[in-house]
Amino acid sequence: MAEYKEILFHSDKIKTDDYLINMGPQHPSTHGALRVVAKLEGEIVEAVDPIVGYIHSGIEKMCESLGYHQVIHLTDRMDYLSAHINNEAVCLCVENALQIEVPERVKYIRTIFDELTRIASHQLWWCATGLDLGAMTTFFYGLRDREPILDIFEETCGARMTFNYNVPGGLMFDIHPNFQKRVKDFIKYFRKKLPEYDTLLTGNVIFTERTKGLGVLSKEDAIAWGVTGPSGRASGFECDVRKLHPYSAYPYVKFEEKLATEGDTFWRYKLRIEEMWESMNIIEQLIDNIPEGDHAVKMKGVIKLPEGEFYQRVETSKGDFGVFIVSDGKKNPYRLKFRSPGFSNLFALNQMVKGVKIADLVAIMATLDLVIPDIDR
Amino acid sequence: MNNDGLKQAISQIESEAVFKDGSQFLEITVPAGKLHHLCNLLKSTDETAFNYLVCLTGVDYPDCFEIVYHIDSTVHHHVIVLKARTEGRENPAIDTVGDIWPTAYAHEREVHDLLGVKFNNHPDMRRLFLEDGWGFPLRKDYVDPVRIIER
Amino acid sequence: MAFSIYDFTEFTKSIHEGLSSSLSPTMTTVVEWVIIGVLYILFVALFGLFLVYAERKVCAAIQQRVGPNRVGPWGFFQTIADFVKLLMKEIINPKGVDGFLYNVAPYIVIITVFIILSLIPFAPGLQAFDFDIGVFFVTAVSSIGVIGILLAGWSSNNKYSLIGGMRSGAQIISYELSIGLSIITMVIMSGTMQISGIINAQANGWFIFKGHIPAIIAFIVFIIASTAETNRGPFDLPEGESELTGGFHTEYSGIKFAFFFLAEYMNLFIVSAMATIIFLGGWMPLHFGEFNSFNAAMDVIPPIIWFFLKVCAIMLLIMWFKWTFPRLRVDQILTLEWKYLLPINLFNILLMTAVVLLGWHW
Repeated sequence: MAEYKEILFHSDKIKTDDYLINMGPQHPSTHGALRVVAKLEGEIVEAVDPIVGYIHSGIEKMCESLGYHQVIHLTDRMDYLSAHINNEAVCLCVENALQIEVPERVKYIRTIFDELTRIASHQLWWCATGLDLGAMTTFFYGLRDREPILDIFEETCGARMTFNYNVPGGLMFDIHPNFQKRVKDFIKYFRKKLPEYDTLLTGNVIFTERTKGLGVLSKEDAIAWGVTGPSGRASGFECDVRKLHPYSAYPYVKFEEKLATEGDTFWRYKLRIEEMWESMNIIEQLIDNIPEGDHAVKMKGVIKLPEGEFYQRVETSKGDFGVFIVSDGKKNPYRLKFRSPGFSNLFALNQMVKGVKIADLVAIMATLDLVIPDIDR
Repeated sequence: MNNDGLKQAISQIESEAVFKDGSQFLEITVPAGKLHHLCNLLKSTDETAFNYLVCLTGVDYPDCFEIVYHIDSTVHHHVIVLKARTEGRENPAIDTVGDIWPTAYAHEREVHDLLGVKFNNHPDMRRLFLEDGWGFPLRKDYVDPVRIIER
Repeated sequence: MAFSIYDFTEFTKSIHEGLSSSLSPTMTTVVEWVIIGVLYILFVALFGLFLVYAERKVCAAIQQRVGPNRVGPWGFFQTIADFVKLLMKEIINPKGVDGFLYNVAPYIVIITVFIILSLIPFAPGLQAFDFDIGVFFVTAVSSIGVIGILLAGWSSNNKYSLIGGMRSGAQIISYELSIGLSIITMVIMSGTMQISGIINAQANGWFIFKGHIPAIIAFIVFIIASTAETNRGPFDLPEGESELTGGFHTEYSGIKFAFFFLAEYMNLFIVSAMATIIFLGGWMPLHFGEFNSFNAAMDVIPPIIWFFLKVCAIMLLIMWFKWTFPRLRVDQILTLEWKYLLPINLFNILLMTAVVLLGWHW
């Protein structure tokens, strides 16, 4: 484990002959307003310093003055690619605190939505990874297949990105009558299309040459730096919350937690593709068995949580997402903290970049799947 | 290890620890000065093996700041919540646990940025999100007449 | 005046005679220069625009999109609209740039393009210069282009540009070796460096067929190396959009950026034209030894169409590379050249020499 002190550089420790380059805040590779200062020796990166906060919107502070119904709406804006899963985390946390058992139907629908969100998120990640590595065509292939998922979302909850579909106690409204059919159609379609991803990028010799053995993160480092999600699992860190602390309908389904031991960029990439397959398996197990019933439990207009501290972990497409609510019994949370996976993943970047080229830095950042509002909150 | 076992193991290390069975996890409050020692042993002892710091955050209470650590073990899959309180609200400071779980360095910077708690021995105590000279927004007494509209 | 699209020799000769009958020899040369210059500028502007349009349509087809389709029929005037926009844009001189070098760099790049263009024969007689060291001159002049890119990278006072410029220098200088060596391989076969001579030697069969194995190897190497030489994907490191924002042309705007942009596309045309001339017989129709009726049928298609068909086919191939492959890394680019292409090329020269000496070619 590299020492934090050694690799870090402060602005007052920069020497005149250090060649520093800013990746961001306006830079194509950072996918948003993230700034990564890289210290270079020619083309070789010696250390990086991620500087965040360009789109810090103070969501945690805002939550302190909002009710629990309203908090959910803010969680969409953090990791906008896992919006539904973020919503669910808050809802589960509130439901656990109030000890409400939601109907089985809700659990099933939530899980299907989770997995569709995960697929959509990984698709967009795949688009962007290809783009970062210079293969622009991936971008359009990925977006083409993401569109049907967004259409399904739009049909059921009226939104394509920020759903607000979950409410404490269930769902805002029942699924659209077409939902099951369209999801099944999509799975059928995507099972045909996903192999194209492998033919276009995974199997490409340039791609494998560029990513294999690059940016290796050992299992110990992954655990120590809290790298979760597919990025952590590529290092062999068994961190799938769906397996470890099952929620919603995950206890009812059989699925595999995909693991690799290499911990390099290629396997971080590969595992996400594998996860898409796995997500389709999960959806297929659930989609025909959605039980009949209510889509929500009747809740009061103003939710008051009992005094205490509540923590809920869910697995977003980026990793281990946590909601920590400190309640003093009022209608607003006393303190609300989001443990975002991207935040921990980003700060592990320094462990992987020592001695790589600039182009590799971009590749490593791409396979960490950074979503900047998730980091800045 | 279940909660009782953990209680026993921890009270052996740290006699001043106060236990509370929370709704989900075992919550343990320890004096700020003993925190680093306890964390170190929690990670290195094989029976506890708390090697994964899930979440580190701070809460502003009227008389102190409470730093909350959610710690997981990838070996035994048990989770505890450690808590340590700073002495008063004037110049709050607490030992860093970054040398035990490096991910804490980043999380501590966030707590420092938003709550103004200083972490001793932290190598890089810069602000994270906000610029230098900004207040500490997650403190309950933070006032910003321009950006916060009172309801 | 008889005008044939099969052979422009008579046509150009009659213009020359007409001019010299009424003007002094010096004035004739000056007027001819002006005519040729205007024609080339027109060609670069129009064909460059067409290439940009074609690239966008090809890439759209590969990416399952429609491509430009709003301005004019099938979006044909889109690139013209874009060009007008570029012309009207403010030319920004960023603070701290090396003024002279910064301004001169795009001109060096675009001038190189014009010099090389003047050696390209579009059809019999339609060639401005025909040196006896034609191909050698082309490889020599094309190296000047990299100076423009290096200067642009150096003078922009931008770290991305500097890295882009350095990458470009390393890359182009390396790949020039491969281009040069694969041209030499074919010069061994043709026995002349004069471009018209090379084309005429392919009258009874293109070199890629006549030279079989060594010629095909040389052709593949030439295509790879020339893709790198033009800084196109997967070798577009000097621009490296996702790494270096825009590489060497990050700081350029307006017409100066347009020069780099146009030069890139004209370089694409030039390398394709060179590949056509050296391997695919230039404007020469497809001829096979003794199949006289087939050869006669092929002769019906005018040479200028043959030339552009072949060039477009190769350009399509190079565009296809760009839109399917991810970008290489800088060390991989150098490894590919120095560890693979160069040894293959050296071996191939020996092979070709043996083939020519033993008379194993057709």
